[in-house]
Amino acid sequence: MKARFLIPLVVFLSLVGLFMVGLKLDPREVPSPLIDKPAPSFSLPDLHDESKTVSTEDFKKHKVSLFNVWASWCVACRQEHPLLVELSRQDVVPIYGLNYKDKRSDALNWLNRLGNPYTASAFDEKGRVGIDWGVYGVPETFVVDGKGIIRYKQIGPITEEAWQETILPLIEKIRAEEG
Amino acid sequence: MRGLILSILLSLMIWPALSPAGINAYVFDTPEHEQRFKKLAAELRCLVCQNQNLADSDADLAKDLKDEIYQMIQDGKSDTEIIDFMVARYGDFVLYRPPVKPVTYMLWVGPFVLFVLGLVVLVMFVRRRNQDVLESGELSSEERQRLEGLLREQRERGTSGKRKGK
Repeated sequence: MKARFLIPLVVFLSLVGLFMVGLKLDPREVPSPLIDKPAPSFSLPDLHDESKTVSTEDFKKHKVSLFNVWASWCVACRQEHPLLVELSRQDVVPIYGLNYKDKRSDALNWLNRLGNPYTASAFDEKGRVGIDWGVYGVPETFVVDGKGIIRYKQIGPITEEAWQETILPLIEKIRAEEG
Repeated sequence: MRGLILSILLSLMIWPALSPAGINAYVFDTPEHEQRFKKLAAELRCLVCQNQNLADSDADLAKDLKDEIYQMIQDGKSDTEIIDFMVARYGDFVLYRPPVKPVTYMLWVGPFVLFVLGLVVLVMFVRRRNQDVLESGELSSEERQRLEGLLREQRERGTSGKRKGK
């Protein structure tokens, strides 16, 4: 008989638990179906030099690389930019850029002003490669291994926390795998 | 004068209907293609604004994806091919009607499970209440006294009523 009075309490507490989990979930983070799949192939002109191309082949030159989708019109890109610049200064991991739906002159200005952390930036003026990569919110960052497989996708700016807890350990793991 | 004002007002009223025609003017070969385009744009979610479909959304990406659908229809791709193209890039989330598979079982079956659970609880509740009444079929002495009092009252009222009736 006593137990019956506990039922509303149990229901209430489980609701609170559900809500607490719900608060932590970010509905903007849509899981990418591309994880652990080969990177969608592309070949685009280099942002700095139209006669050169940047392509999926470039990922195969390194054990692991980052592929960062950015644009000069993107406010959150500015937020993560200092971290990328720092990573490239310390030569932690090669970073390729996908300059997404941008104007070439704006993009070049932006890099001149804030620093250029990219090994190379592909110039995706129409955003067609962006669609193939399932890009929907710039900035996005993919971790691509030496076999050209996408291992992780960060949606939104790379935070210090995401870098330390997820991305850096993954990079080290991939390096260890590939020996 | 009045006629002039009226005509100005009337032309203002139809203004919105006239102006935006040029914005998403996709030109289709057949009405059937147009129908398919509308259906697909209504069933696919805009990733940027999440609670809108592509047809309603004005986001940049939604426009690009609509262009993509248009192009694929023009190229003679089937609806399934177009939907597979979207799902391969953006995942099941682009679909307003999620497919039935292990991750979405809860989503599809959940409401029915809750309904059945509610029904079971309701039946149990009603049964128990009926049983409570049946089990304590015996009246307490207090209740019996009250019952007799009520019956007596009614009998007296009944007889007095009859008399009055005569």
